[in-house]
Amino acid sequence: MTTPMSEIPDDVRGWIGEPRYETLGEFDVERGYVFTTCASVENGNPLFWDEKAAQEITGGFIAPPSMISVWFRPHYWAPDRTEQAQPLQVHFDLKERLGLPEAVMTDNTIVFREPVRPGDRLKTWQVLRSISEPKTTKLGTGRFWEIDVEYVNQKGESVGTESYTGFGYRRGEDAK
Amino acid sequence: MSFDGITLEGVRAGDALPELSVEVSPTTVVLGALASRDWRPMHHDKDFAQNRNGTKHVFVNTPHNAAYFERYITDWTGPRGRLGRIRFRMKDSVFPDDTMVFHGEVTDVRKDDAGCGWVDLALRLTVGDKTTTECTASVAVPVGEDDNPWARRGDDWQP
Repeated sequence: MTTPMSEIPDDVRGWIGEPRYETLGEFDVERGYVFTTCASVENGNPLFWDEKAAQEITGGFIAPPSMISVWFRPHYWAPDRTEQAQPLQVHFDLKERLGLPEAVMTDNTIVFREPVRPGDRLKTWQVLRSISEPKTTKLGTGRFWEIDVEYVNQKGESVGTESYTGFGYRRGEDAK
Repeated sequence: MSFDGITLEGVRAGDALPELSVEVSPTTVVLGALASRDWRPMHHDKDFAQNRNGTKHVFVNTPHNAAYFERYITDWTGPRGRLGRIRFRMKDSVFPDDTMVFHGEVTDVRKDDAGCGWVDLALRLTVGDKTTTECTASVAVPVGEDDNPWARRGDDWQP
């Protein structure tokens, strides 16, 4: 184990409240992927399919709000790319720096603000909100942490925030 | 366009949403993984899922779960329903040959300071007797047929 459970390194403590991993989406929000998502769950909401309805209700087509994180998931391959950015990199950084090899996400909350529209280019960043004192659960001993992922459009308007609660831990006998 | 969907005055705490039942196949799982560009093999490679994850098959991923809940909610509200907040906890996985059943109940009906009408929901996804995902959501619905929650911006939208 690389980090005593009783102490959080200063640099990790410094991450709390600090925006990290600001990333501009690799591509514009586009209807093709809206259709792919809607087809995957048979979502026939006219806001995504019917231009007249979309114009009347939302001032034009929008993307399903629950797709908010999808716009930052990379395609499987791109020229010159040597490694893929991890979604929720702060979570993986915490696992590594706190010496907690296992982790689960226990909770996920998404708040939706301005609608996301085809042609938007979104930007995101992650903010560590808190790290708990050591806790022991049936999984093992470790710490809970809360991470917010913020999303804004090209005008700087918030389109949403995802909040994750993670639990990084060591199993059973390793938890000392 | 004629009015399509519910209004706040037609909803009461304790109302149940119609159940939605979905038969899951390997294609269902792969469709969701593809839609969310989730290339991790446990969502498309049965051998990997069994040998590395110790699960019986490939399984539905988190964004696909969220997309199903969104569809379930807005199937009920109609297109004027605007999702403000959703919280979910995945407790177990959903596999091919499972039948997913979505359930929902209205827990509160309210207006906020800006006059926006909100319906709070308690939702569950079950497979057989097992609850695989618990979810709560707040969705804005019109307070009357002339209202449109999607027109709200800035301080008038308080999700």
